[in-house]
Amino acid sequence: MSLVGHKPPPIFRRGPAPLVRLMLFVSVCLAMLVSDLRFRYLEVFRHAMSVVTYPLQMAAATPADVVRNASVYFATLVEVQRDNAELRRQQLGSGERLLRYELLQQENAHLRKLLEMAQRVQTRSIAADILYNAPDPFARKVILDRGAQQGIEPGLAVVDAGGVIGQVTRVFPVQSEVTLLTDRNQAIPVQVERNGLRGVLFGVGQGRLEMRFVIGSADIQPGDRLVTSGLDGVFVPGLPVATVVSVDREGDAFAGIVCEPLAGVERSMQVLVIGRVDLPPAPPAPAPPVEKKKGKGR
Amino acid sequence: MQPSNRSSRILLPAKGWFIYLSLFVALGLEYIPTGRTPGVPDWVALVLAVWCIREPLRIGMGTGFVFGLLVDVGLGAALGQHALAYVVLAYLVNGLARRLMWFPPLQQALHVLPMLLASQVLMVVVRMIAGAEFPGWSYFLSSFTSLLLWVPLTYLLLLPQFQPVERDDNRPI
Repeated sequence: MSLVGHKPPPIFRRGPAPLVRLMLFVSVCLAMLVSDLRFRYLEVFRHAMSVVTYPLQMAAATPADVVRNASVYFATLVEVQRDNAELRRQQLGSGERLLRYELLQQENAHLRKLLEMAQRVQTRSIAADILYNAPDPFARKVILDRGAQQGIEPGLAVVDAGGVIGQVTRVFPVQSEVTLLTDRNQAIPVQVERNGLRGVLFGVGQGRLEMRFVIGSADIQPGDRLVTSGLDGVFVPGLPVATVVSVDREGDAFAGIVCEPLAGVERSMQVLVIGRVDLPPAPPAPAPPVEKKKGKGR
Repeated sequence: MQPSNRSSRILLPAKGWFIYLSLFVALGLEYIPTGRTPGVPDWVALVLAVWCIREPLRIGMGTGFVFGLLVDVGLGAALGQHALAYVVLAYLVNGLARRLMWFPPLQQALHVLPMLLASQVLMVVVRMIAGAEFPGWSYFLSSFTSLLLWVPLTYLLLLPQFQPVERDDNRPI
């Protein structure tokens, strides 16, 4: 008697074999990983899923909030008084500098008008606190306590008192995620403050930065300060980023330039999110071909 | 009837809502921001492994996939990273469920440890292929803290199944 055509009774029916199901799920996971990490297609899906996870995340953040608030609550009076005195002294200093800055800004605007140059980019800034390191141990990211409701947008630069620490990469309603400069996937266009030489700064992990695609014979030396060039149309130009630590001109056509961030990238707690008020018009045409020629000449 | 595990106790079947409640509580624990503290256990993987042993017909790769995605979204990890790890974990634990039931909890924990490590190694490999930096050996500490938590957690999750709905002295359970 053949069993072909007889289905097993419902209590024994368990769907496809485990190995088949494993292969199915693994291929779905791999497809998702590729489309998320390579093409960033799944941000919409992520937003939809966060509707479910958000209340739970808010609830889970409470213990961390309690710990943070408790440390503020139990700060001693002496500490607060000392901080206060320090801040007053700093404010005096910065007030005086601000006066001079405003004077210089007016003078600069006047001179630019005289020379018929374009006005410098207007900026806006939002102060924020770093809440905690992002939980993903594979990336160097932090979470800020300001989000879309306070006007944070993806792509804005984040600075502390020393210079740029990173860039806003993801925005939630009342929080946002900042990718630090030292993350392996983070790049920032910079120029040497001394002579305007342009390049791109990459994170290489272990808290170090590397300036790539600068030819070996370029005029760059240890101790040079790097500032944002603003050529990307996202960052505000002129923000301090890093200092050059060592330049290796041996090896292939490009120099190996190791840099050290000026800001306390992995230490700072209070930061400023800086953005342009409006995107500037397209950059002047002659600038990019110069870069390209450099690249071809290797 | 042929016994299917070594325990002499006959347990009530686990309630569906209790299984999913425990998984969601684990998800909440997973979301607690601990920064880069090494050795924080992967709660969802742990609870998932317990249920994969106890209820292999109900909890398996599908549940692992869904909760993996929820973890990915909540932690801001690459979408599919934890899902992949949990699917593989659920496959391994489900396959060994019948065997594992014959061991006392401590030896079960020793069986589960390499599977948890395998799922972590998988995540490291996937992310490093994508260009992330190596998170350091302390990343694998979380599997070992999970090992310590296995016995109390198994007991906690089986607690509701120990008691019958109504008490009857003439009944064996």
